[in-house]
Parts: sequence; structure tokens; C-alpha cells
Amino acid sequence: MSTRVDKYAETINRVTSQNVQKASEAKTISRTSALAGLFTDPGKAQDFAAEIKGFVLDNLGALLVQFEENCIKNGIQVHWAEDAAEANKIVLDICANAAPAGSAIVKAKSMATEEIHLNKALEAAGYKPIETDLGEFVVQIDDDVPTHIVTPIIHKNRQEISKSFVREHLGPETTVPEELAGQARVHLRSKFREAKIGISGVNFGIAETGRIVLVENEGNSRLSTTVTDTHIAVMGIEKLLPSEKDLAVFLPLLAGSATGQRITTYTHFISGPRKPDEVDGPAAVHVVLLDNGRSKILAGPYRDILKCIRCGACLNVCPVYRQVGGHGYQHVYSGPLGAVLAPGLEGVVAYGDLAKASSLCGACEEVCPVRIPIPRMLLQLRDESVQKKVVKDPVPWSLFSIGARQPFLWKAGLTMLPMASKMPHPLKSQWASSREVPEGDQGEFRKWWKDREA
Amino acid sequence: MLTCLCDAFYGNVGIATVKVLEHLGCDVHFDERQTCCGQPPFNAGDWKHAREVARNCQSILFSDDKLVVTPSASCAAMVREGYHLLFPEEHPPAAFELSEYIVKERGITEWKSSKPYKKRIAFHRACHGRAIGLSGQAEQLVASIPGIELLPIHNAEQCCGFGGAFCVSEPHLSAQIGQAKLETLLADQPDEIVSGDMGCLMHLGGMLKRDGNQIPIRHYSEILAEVI
Repeated sequence: MSTRVDKYAETINRVTSQNVQKASEAKTISRTSALAGLFTDPGKAQDFAAEIKGFVLDNLGALLVQFEENCIKNGIQVHWAEDAAEANKIVLDICANAAPAGSAIVKAKSMATEEIHLNKALEAAGYKPIETDLGEFVVQIDDDVPTHIVTPIIHKNRQEISKSFVREHLGPETTVPEELAGQARVHLRSKFREAKIGISGVNFGIAETGRIVLVENEGNSRLSTTVTDTHIAVMGIEKLLPSEKDLAVFLPLLAGSATGQRITTYTHFISGPRKPDEVDGPAAVHVVLLDNGRSKILAGPYRDILKCIRCGACLNVCPVYRQVGGHGYQHVYSGPLGAVLAPGLEGVVAYGDLAKASSLCGACEEVCPVRIPIPRMLLQLRDESVQKKVVKDPVPWSLFSIGARQPFLWKAGLTMLPMASKMPHPLKSQWASSREVPEGDQGEFRKWWKDREA
Repeated sequence: MLTCLCDAFYGNVGIATVKVLEHLGCDVHFDERQTCCGQPPFNAGDWKHAREVARNCQSILFSDDKLVVTPSASCAAMVREGYHLLFPEEHPPAAFELSEYIVKERGITEWKSSKPYKKRIAFHRACHGRAIGLSGQAEQLVASIPGIELLPIHNAEQCCGFGGAFCVSEPHLSAQIGQAKLETLLADQPDEIVSGDMGCLMHLGGMLKRDGNQIPIRHYSEILAEVI
């Protein structure tokens, strides 16, 4: 009866849960103070960003064509992928022409490539993809999956990371963050020197100029996209902005919402491959435009989820996410975002249950930089799941409805409650697993009202 | 609008709400035919039956021009936001949460008390206030009562884990979130826990009772009524 998230909550170890809670609470606090410092009225910035993203969705087809035309003018090669399989094939074909099987490929952090499970496809073709974002690197060496779209190892603490590094012979045991980063840095530098291909995601694709924008804090995206000969960027089709001036609101809003920064350490504007008079940069830049279910979402009731800029603020503030982290959702996209996007991309039959793993507290909508009405969509998903019989509710709502429409039945029910609360029922045992069952006051208000009216 | 949880378990909150409204000079009506707003099946995803119950509620409570006030942000949000999803073609009716009515509609920000209420209070803000644009109006009223000390709560914005259907469909999550909330509410040893929605009271109260903790947990309207 309970969802996969609740089942996971039953088994999660306390340290992992505490790691997630501590980090996500801290990030929620830093988000609030960063946005307050960035905007006179953060709410207005959210409204404005929502409006721009709404415009993008309303005009997605035309903006994509404009983006493609301008990319081509810049010398960027544009590919269209209908689904994950096609996207992986496109990337593999590019790789086949750029480096022999067995070569190392450096990867900057990208949720789109997680979504299509690109690493598996690359490995199957004999390549050695290396995640170069520190968090993603830890995920990779631990054979784990990211538990957060921005901070993939929010569920791990320093001791656990050091243990993994010792195991991989990266350096001696330490819990000093700088030393841990240093150990990974030394290891990854050699990979950057070796790799001929770099793969990244895209934070914003600018339709007006055909440039792609990447934000990061570690410098690994810069290396992945500039020291290699071939740069491949995988981009969800919804990641467009109409013009570069829109970045004036989106860059600080993303940095503030995601990591509590005023601006990320690095912001890259990639305008195409190395020009004849330039001394460095990749010889070829490819953009793979990924649909993978997005067009379907655009045409349906959950289209607003495509406004998402992947800041992760909704995960950080969510009471459910704070308990279980991303693993509980069993999908690349977790938290409130994932509870809508996963069933949106893959259907309610596969992921409709995630919508039930929410107390509908509304904190996600409040922090969303682009005002996505997540609770509303979770409710709509519940409706769709019930209609399609994906989830079965244990409550006989048809009986409830009859009782609620017949005042005499309702009142009779009220007087029977104290007795009913002593009867066994699956609902009651779910409630009573952690709480005492309320006894019912036998219509105390109605009696009081009747007495005073008499 | 009494709400079904007050009707079944928290009659005292209904009584307090009437006393508070009458104290403000309202002529309070209670239609005995009222039952539930339809939120339980709506929240559980059974919109077919939610529509039936909502229609019934509409015909009883929203068929004349009386202002509808309820001691639950959750039910007010259901009427204003939920009905819009159930009946997208229609303009949803207006229902006001009690503190919303007092502070926003009547402009009263301080509760005139005839006596002090000397308690240290841990106030848990009910989440569904967000859905109707509330931001601490109930706390504001409670805090204005002489003698009351409102304790600062770590992570005050976080949900208690009730969540309607969630509390029974996701029992582990609900209990874990509830325990985390109780830890923060009890951190400074308050005399009472106060909240603004019966769902929170039932969930947190049920957990306290299970833990054998005797601390009173009440709806803020009960305090407002008590100090009149």
C-alpha cells in the first residue's frame, strides 16, 4: 500500500538520513539569505523568471529552430534525439569519429546524461567515461547513483568519502575538505590531459545567439569543454532562454536557489569550436537536443514542470526528501521535482506512486525560482493514478461520499466513532503504528450548538 | 464551516471559534446539514467522489452571501484552490481561515484579552496556510496576548508530516517527519504546543500520547476564546 519512498524510509540508515537532513536544511537557509541579498524582492524575481520560462514553453518550437540556426552559424553541430537510445547512439557515433574505443572521456556534471544512462552506453562501447565533478566522481567510484540533482553526494559525509578515496588509492585518510578535493584533483588532472572527448550538460541554451551557458564551481566543466578536441553537450529541449539578457535574472536566481551563492564561481558562454585564429578550445562542438518524453509533457497537464532550471531548492526544503534523500525515489530525478518529472517522462504506471509520497505542505512551490505549482500537479497525478488504477486507495471513498451527503448518516457516524475507533481496520493499523487513535467526542460541537439554540 | 475533524474529534475548537467570532460582533450561523468539504478523497486522488462531496458542501455553505469562516487553513485552501481543480470552469467560492479573517479581513492584529495567559508556547504553523497566502497571522494574534512567550522553533517552516492521506499511506515517512517536528517543538520545554489545523493536532497529539507525553496540544482559537 505504501509507496517505494515510504518503504525506503523504513530501511534507511540513520547516518544517511542525518547527512541529507543537515545538508538540505543548511542549503535552504543559505538560499533564503542569498536571494534576499540578490534581489530587493526575491518574489518578483521568481515571478519574472516564471514568466520568461512560460514564454519559452509557449514558443518552444520556434525558439528551438532559432537556437539551432544560430548554433549552426556559430559552427556548433546540432543533433536531435527523440529518446534516450537515439541520444546515446548520436553521442557514440560522434565518439567513434573522435577517439578509439578504450579512450578516456571526461564528463562534466550533467543530469541529462544521467537521465539517458550515457555512461553505461559509453562503457558498453568500450570507452572509459570519467565523472569529473567531485560529487559525481565519488558516486562513480562508489558505483552509486546521485541522490540530488545539484549535490549528488548529499547523503555522504566526509568520513565516508575519505574511505572511498583510500580504497581507490587516491590518498591517505582525511576529513579536511580541501585535502579530499586535492586528492581527487591530482587524479582527475591526468584524466583531463589524456581525454580527447569532453561531455557536458547545458544550463541554458540561448536561442537569440546560439550559445550554450554552463555554470559550475569546480572548474571541471571548463576543463572538460575546453582542453578536449571534441565537446559534446547534451541538452533537454526545455533548457532554452530567449535571449542573453534573460541571464541577468536566471544566473543569480539559479546560483542563489541552488547553492546559496550570489553567482557561481564559473559561468561559461560557449560560442562554438576553436576559430582559425584561436590557440585553444575544442575543434568540434556538438549539441544533442534531447526530447525523451518532454514533448509529451508539454502537451499535457504537467507542462509547467518543464520550466524547471534544476536548482534543487524544492528537494532541499521538502520534508520527505530530507528524510530519505534521492535514493528512495528510484529515479534520476527525485524530491518534489522528481515526483512530477519521473511520471511525466515515464508515465504514471511506472512512477505515479511518487505523487503520494508528499505531505503536500507546499514548501516546494514557495521556494521554486520559476513558480512551478508542484503540489497542484501532485494532486493531479494522484487523480490520474487512481483513474488508471495504478494506486489503490484503501479507503472506500464511495461510502464516505454517501455518508457525507446524508446529514442523518453523517451524524449517526459521529456517534459511532468512539466504537469504530476500537475496531480493527488496515487504515487504523497504519495510523496506530506510531500514533494513538483519537477517540471521537460524539458530536460535542453539535450538542453544544443545539443546547444554546434551544 | 466546522470541518469534519472538528465535528468528529475537536468539537472544542468549533466552540472556541464561535466564541471568538461572536466576540468580534459576528452573527454566527451553523448549518447542521454540513459535513465535509471533500478534501480527504480529493487528497487521496479519488476526485470522482471528491466532486460529489464538494458539490454537497457548496450547496449547503456557499449558496447564500454569508461569509464562510473555518478554523482550518486546510479546508479554506480546499474550497479556494481545490474546488478550482475539481471544477475548472467555475469560479471557486471564498472561505476564510479564522486568523485570516481576523487579521486580514478585519484588520485586527492584537487580541484584546481580559486576562493574561502565562504560558511558554511552541507554535507549529500549519502548512496549508501557505496555499491561501498566510504568513504567521495566527502566531501574531497569540503573541499579542499578555503573558504568552512564543518560543523560537528550529526549522519552523517544516511540515509535521500529517499530510492527509499521506499519514496512513506513508506511515514511516509520516512518523519520521512527525518525530523530527516534535523534537524541535519540545526542545525548549514549552508548557503547551499550539497549532492551527486539526490534522496537525491529531497527528502530533497522537504521537505525544503514544510517547506518554502529557503536554497539552491545542488549537490557537481555544486560547483566543479563553482570554476573552
